[in-house]
Amino acid sequence: MSEITREEVQHLAGLARIALTDDEVTSLTTELSAIVDAIATVREIAGDDVPATSHPVPLTNVLRADVVGETLVHEQTFAGAPSHDGERFRVSAILGEEQ
Amino acid sequence: MSGDLTRLAGHELAGLLASGDVSSVEATQAHLDRIAAVDGEIHAFLHVNDGALDAARAIDARRAAGEQLHELAGAPIAIKDVLCTIGMPSTAGSRILEGWIPPYDATVVERVKAAGLVALGKTNMDEFAMGSSTEHSAYGPTRNPWDRERIPGGSGGGSAAAVAAFEAPFALGSDTGGSIRQPAAVTGTVGVKPTYGGVSRYGAIALASSLDQVGPVTRTVLDSALIHDVIGGHDPHDSTSLAREWPSFAAAAREGAASGSLQGVRVGIVKELDAEGIAADVQARFRETVDVLTAAGAEVVEVSCPSFAYSVAAYYLILPAEASSNLARFDSVRFGLRVEGPGQTVEDVMAATREAGFGAEVKRRIILGTYALSAGYYDAYYGSAQKVRTLIQRDFDAAFEQADLLISPAAPTTAFKLGEKLDDPLAMYVNDITTIPANLAGIPGMGLPMGLGDDGMPVGLQILAPMFEDERLYRAGAAIEALLADRWGGILTTKAPELTEAAR
Repeated sequence: MSEITREEVQHLAGLARIALTDDEVTSLTTELSAIVDAIATVREIAGDDVPATSHPVPLTNVLRADVVGETLVHEQTFAGAPSHDGERFRVSAILGEEQ
Repeated sequence: MSGDLTRLAGHELAGLLASGDVSSVEATQAHLDRIAAVDGEIHAFLHVNDGALDAARAIDARRAAGEQLHELAGAPIAIKDVLCTIGMPSTAGSRILEGWIPPYDATVVERVKAAGLVALGKTNMDEFAMGSSTEHSAYGPTRNPWDRERIPGGSGGGSAAAVAAFEAPFALGSDTGGSIRQPAAVTGTVGVKPTYGGVSRYGAIALASSLDQVGPVTRTVLDSALIHDVIGGHDPHDSTSLAREWPSFAAAAREGAASGSLQGVRVGIVKELDAEGIAADVQARFRETVDVLTAAGAEVVEVSCPSFAYSVAAYYLILPAEASSNLARFDSVRFGLRVEGPGQTVEDVMAATREAGFGAEVKRRIILGTYALSAGYYDAYYGSAQKVRTLIQRDFDAAFEQADLLISPAAPTTAFKLGEKLDDPLAMYVNDITTIPANLAGIPGMGLPMGLGDDGMPVGLQILAPMFEDERLYRAGAAIEALLADRWGGILTTKAPELTEAAR
């Protein structure tokens, strides 16, 4: 049985930038332990001699011609933004007080 | 005659449009009326295109002016909400993108529009395509037109239900681990996952980039082929798009249907997908179908793919790992939801936004993916899963030395009841065993009807072909469809129970 602790789930949620509630941490701790047990079986057949596959059809050096392509204008880019000033996305403070 | 137009196969409707017997406005209106009448109960659509009739009028005008149009011009099509569409919200079934209207069209959307197809609207799906039942949509589940208490499959349950309920003749889907083929199986419809790279992913909101593939969802094999011909081919906007010439899949489907023969075709039954976990009624329909294939001249052999036993485990490592990276873009800065309070830093805002905007399954998989990619676990989990991927490709290579096509049930059971597996993520995951190996290997696959289960619900057959050999799916699939339709007196969707049309 994989032991995934509450603290680990909270740490992962911090890395993933999701402010989980206490109830969510509780249920995820239980669920993840069971899921990790199931998926950890991949180790059984993954021998050292087997190469890894990251893409089903490997392609290399996929480049386009170095010319100006189709780009979005500011108006299109900002149309879906929660906040902007017409030229830049607007966000709240990057640094907190303690930083 | 508008009531009848929704019952025609897509290619039949397209024929009437091309000959001028039916206008695109009539065809589009008939489907909009059908949506208005039944979608309150089915909930296949998240958004209905209020510009559909204008688009139809424009096609009619071009045809009237004598312009040579594509053979599908004027026919309506439903679009899975994972695909970006100018002028229509594109949410991928998530609150975090509620109301978001993309500034560009997905390449596949651009191509169906260029062919003159008329977008009816956006179809429901599990949030970010994570799920096998559409119950993980933030906007409520889609119901199976055959039995509204049952799931329509997922993630593309909306597209499958839309074509099964005659709300659209054509639809687009996306398949990361079976999201086109499994909904086809449980709704008695047809769907194809093309060879990886055969269809552009540009503008498809990414779930797992090395697995995702866009494809057609229809009621007949020929209709899927026609759509595949429109959406397929190289796209410079997608760096994984294959630069190769593809044959006409519609031609292959027409030839297959006309011959009604599988003479000389070597068909492999995957031993590992033909036993454990497959329901008795699904197995029975599968045996009967194998008999039909044999009678049609196919040479049936058994093949073994021992690594498939590890495919679900590998998939549920690779997918969350890729998804956790892909979904990092939903950061409250450039698009979608923002949840903020006074005095919060941008990091607090991101965390609050993602907490509010993502559903339970999405959070589960992002956290799982983050875990799998963590220092100390990476080699054991993600690294091993990538090795399993190699082993599965080798299994397929060996199997395709013995067989031209592989077949299996497309899903282990008929449609389960809404809510039945919702509280048990693992039970939902193992249900994908039949479809996942094709995504891990990148090969093409088709789901198509092979009869009804003991509960009167559709049972699906899966056909798999080697990499780049999508044509074989259409040739054989159309032949099998024709052979089964002969026995049934029509394709399976004609046997679906009538839906009560709400008063208009």
